[in-house]
Amino acid sequence: MTGVAYACTLIALIPLVAIIFETVRQGLPAWDAEFFTGLPSTYGDGGGVSNAIVGSAIIVGMAGLMAVPVGILSGIYLAEYGDNRLGGFLRFVADVMTGAPSIVIGILGYSVFVIATGQSAGIFGSIALAILVLPVVIRATEEIVRLVPGDLREASLALGIPRWKTIMRVVVPTALSGIVTGVILAMARAAGETAPLLFTVGTSSFMSYNPFEGQMMTLPMAIYEQSAYGGDVLETAWGGALLLLVIIVTLNLIARLVFKGHSVR
Amino acid sequence: MKVISEFFKKVRRGAPGDKIFQAIALTVSLVLPLTILAIFVVLWRQSEISREMFGIGFIWDSTWSNSEQVFGALPVIYGTVVTAGVAVLLAGPVGLGIAAFLAEIASPRINSVVGFVIEILAAIPSIVYGIWGFFVFGIFLREWIVPPTQFLFGWIPFFQGTFVISTVFTACLVLSVMILPTVAAISRDVLNAVPGDQREAMLALGATRWEMFSKAVLPYAKNGVLGAVFLGLGRALGETIALTYVIGNSQVLFDTFFQQGSTMAQSIASLFGASTSNVLRSSLLEIGLILFLLTFLVNVGARLLVRGISSQPTESG
Repeated sequence: MTGVAYACTLIALIPLVAIIFETVRQGLPAWDAEFFTGLPSTYGDGGGVSNAIVGSAIIVGMAGLMAVPVGILSGIYLAEYGDNRLGGFLRFVADVMTGAPSIVIGILGYSVFVIATGQSAGIFGSIALAILVLPVVIRATEEIVRLVPGDLREASLALGIPRWKTIMRVVVPTALSGIVTGVILAMARAAGETAPLLFTVGTSSFMSYNPFEGQMMTLPMAIYEQSAYGGDVLETAWGGALLLLVIIVTLNLIARLVFKGHSVR
Repeated sequence: MKVISEFFKKVRRGAPGDKIFQAIALTVSLVLPLTILAIFVVLWRQSEISREMFGIGFIWDSTWSNSEQVFGALPVIYGTVVTAGVAVLLAGPVGLGIAAFLAEIASPRINSVVGFVIEILAAIPSIVYGIWGFFVFGIFLREWIVPPTQFLFGWIPFFQGTFVISTVFTACLVLSVMILPTVAAISRDVLNAVPGDQREAMLALGATRWEMFSKAVLPYAKNGVLGAVFLGLGRALGETIALTYVIGNSQVLFDTFFQQGSTMAQSIASLFGASTSNVLRSSLLEIGLILFLLTFLVNVGARLLVRGISSQPTESG
C-alpha cells in the first residue's frame, strides 16, 4: 500500500509540475519591457499586455466590490443565525453553486446585459465573476466565523452589548485574518477565469480605463486570443500565462501568510 | 422627529438593532438563491426558439447541421459524459492514492508541502491547462504515448484512428489532470476526519497498514471519498476553456478516442460568439440550461455525500 500511495503521488505530481515548468520555460523569454508596457497585437512580436493587466485589475476589483460585502454578510448570517432550516438551505445552495459551470454564468451575462444594452462592457464581466465567487466568499466567511470561540461572544453579551454590535466589534475582528484569506483566494480564482468574460467583455487592443462602456482586455482573454497565432505572438501568450500563474501563486501565498500570521485565537 | 429619535434610542438599547442587523444580513443572504432562480428563468426564456423548434427530442437528437439549421444536443451531451466519465475513472483512484499518502503515510512536513502544492495546482487557471494541453502535452502524446498505445491496443475499436493533437483522448487526459487536485484535496480532508481510534483499534489487532486502511478507514470514509469524486465530476462536466484547445470542436458521435469531439460547455464557448444564427444561439442556451441542471444535480449528490462524513466540507478549487 505504501508503494502504491507513493506511486500515485508521483504520477500526479509529474504532469502538474510539468505545467508550471513549461509555463516558466516558454513564458519567461517573452518578459521584456515591451511586454509590460506595450499593447497586444496579433502580428509581429505580439506586443505587450499592459491593457490586459489594467483591465483584469479593474474587472476583478469591481467583482470584489460586489461579491465581498454580500459574501461576508451572508457568511456572518449563516454562522450566527443560520442554525435552522433556512440557514441549512442557504448553506446548501452556496455549496452547490461553488461548482457551477462558469460558461453558463457567462452566457447568462450576455443574455441579460449585452442584449439589453447592445454592447459589451467590463462591468458585465465583473457581475459574472461576482456571481461565480460569491459562494466561495460565503462559505469561507461562515467557516471562519464559526471558529471564533463562544466565550468571546458570551463575554461581550454579558457586558450588555447587543448581539449585532458583538458580531461587528468582537466576532468579525477576531475572524478578520481568516475572512481576508478567503477573500484573497476568491479573487485569485476570479482573476484566472476566462469563460465568464468571453461574451460579456470580449477583447480589445486599446487601453481602456472605463469599465462601463465598450470592450476591455483581460489577461485570460489576451492569452486566449494570442494563443491562436504562432511564433512570437504565441510566445507573448505564454508570457501572459506565466504572469497569470505568478499572480495566482502570489495571491495564494499571501493568503497563507495572512492566515498563519494571525490565526483565529 | 420624536419618532425617529425614539427609534434610534431603541436601536442603541439593543433589541431592535439586533432585528435590523439580522434582517439586513438575511436580505443579503437571499441574493445568491435569487441569482440561481434568475439563471434558470433567463436560460429558459432565451432558449424558447430552440425548445419550440426541437421539443424534448432535442436531448436525444444527434443531428448537428448548420446548413439545415437543425441542432440536437446528443453529440455534446455524449461528449461531455464520456470525457468527464473517463477523466473521473483515471483521476479518482490516483486522487485517493494521494489522499492516502498524505493522510496515512507522509510526515507532517511532507504533508504540508505536498498539500500546499496540491492547493496551488487546484488554483491554476483553466486557460493555462488549455495552452499546455495543446502545445506541450498533445505533442508529447503524439510522439511518445499514442504510437505504443496503438501498437498494443490498436485491435480494440476505441483506439483506432489517426491522432491529431485535439482529440477526445487528449481531452480525457487533460481533464483528469485538472480534476486531480480537487479529488485529492477533498479526499484528504475526508480521510483526516476519520477518527484515530478507528486506526489504532485495527493496528492493535495486529493488522498491517494496508489492512487497517482498507478495512477500517476506507469503509468509514467511503461516502466522503465518493463525494470528492463527484465534485471532481462536477468540475469536469463544466470545464470549458481548456477543452476548447484540446477536443477539436466537432459535434459528432465519435466512436474512437482518437477522433475529435465536443462537450456542452466547450461548444457554447466555441460557437456562441461567432454564431449569427438565432436557432444555433437558442440551442446553445438550451444546452447551457441542460448543463446547469446536470452539474447542479451532480454537485447536490456530492455535497450530500461529503456532508455525511465531515461536518465542514471544504472546497479548494
